[in-house]
Amino acid sequence: MARVEGIPKMVTLEVVTPTRMVAREEVEEVVAPGAEGYFGVMGGHLPFMSTLKTGELAYRKNGTWRYLAMSWGYAEVRPETVIILTEAAEKAEEIDAARSQRARDRAFERLARWGDESIDVLRAQTSLARALTRLEVAEKTQ
Amino acid sequence: MATLRDIRRRINSVKSTQQITKAMKMVAAAKLRRAQQRIVEARPYALKLREVIASLALRTEPERHPLLARRETGRKGLVVVAADKGLCGAFNANILRKAFDYLRQAGDTEVQIILLVVGRKARDFFRRRQIERQGEWINVFDQLAYTHAAEIGSQLAGAYIGGELDEVDLLYNEFRSAGIQRPVMERLLPIEPLSVESGELEPVEFIFEPSPEVILSELLPRHVEVQVYRALMESAAAEQGARMTAMEAATKNAAEMIERLTLVFNKARQERITKELMDIVGGAEALREAGTA
Repeated sequence: MARVEGIPKMVTLEVVTPTRMVAREEVEEVVAPGAEGYFGVMGGHLPFMSTLKTGELAYRKNGTWRYLAMSWGYAEVRPETVIILTEAAEKAEEIDAARSQRARDRAFERLARWGDESIDVLRAQTSLARALTRLEVAEKTQ
Repeated sequence: MATLRDIRRRINSVKSTQQITKAMKMVAAAKLRRAQQRIVEARPYALKLREVIASLALRTEPERHPLLARRETGRKGLVVVAADKGLCGAFNANILRKAFDYLRQAGDTEVQIILLVVGRKARDFFRRRQIERQGEWINVFDQLAYTHAAEIGSQLAGAYIGGELDEVDLLYNEFRSAGIQRPVMERLLPIEPLSVESGELEPVEFIFEPSPEVILSELLPRHVEVQVYRALMESAAAEQGARMTAMEAATKNAAEMIERLTLVFNKARQERITKELMDIVGGAEALREAGTA
């Protein structure tokens, strides 16, 4: 399909956490874990704001897909930029798989004791979601 | 009069103290650099968040959010941020005295102050004075991370929404330069209306998912966390700056003391040599006199 004149082909993706700028790259496409489902963004997208949930953030650069694991966040999409604010984000190659596995096992173990007063179920669930996302993302690099 | 050996011993002891203060100064300098870098790295997130909240506030009815709602102040939270460790000059004393004075003054008014402390030194100070604390966070500065701020921030926001606190202020040392720290008091809750310069806000119609209200209500607690994080980072940098200055002064004082003691040592040595010479000369004289007799 021929591209319409004037529509930008690339978007600038910025991923910012309170402690660092995780990524700042020119990419062809971004897929983000929106609060109401994953959404894809290419150049020339309409202005769009969404909250993001724990999940996998993918982007395509020079035809290859790269992946990031992220926790709660927010995205602001403009025709030429995608800005993502998130509490934590890690590139696939930065993920410590062993640590994530331990986190997952711990969360499972806590959830298994469902009903026990001392267990914060919500916290266990979110940490489980985070660990699973990390493991999934880490696997994609191999 | 101290013996030569005593003086030598003192000089050695001051020297080893000086080595420690010198090392501490260097460590503080390195930690200060790291702390300053962290402040810079946190800026983009904080600025962006602020900008988004301001722009969302224009599109919604922000007064309706509980974190923005103003209430009559009956119970006011005061979060005092000091250090976990000492040896940093008047850093802790300054902030704690300020907090203490503030509490005493508030004692005469209707407002009830709920004290919350960050840092071991703050906890110990108020514990010694048997002043009740509703929240304590210690050992946060060694490995300062956003998660600390998130925990403190969400707890405060929860208490504010729950009506346990009607207002929350932060009292911490602001980092001005390596040599200068200044205690500052800042309003944390309710969140002051954020504004952006009108030029920055472009009239773009956004699609919101979910609604602007929901996005705003998710972002506001994050803003509180970011404010707490900034105060913690400022305090951490100020602490290292204060420690560096204090250790620099200590090293200099040690050098002066070593110089003075060395002088005393040399004088004492001279005196001893003179005394010994006199003894020898006196002895020889006595022998000679005995010989001629």
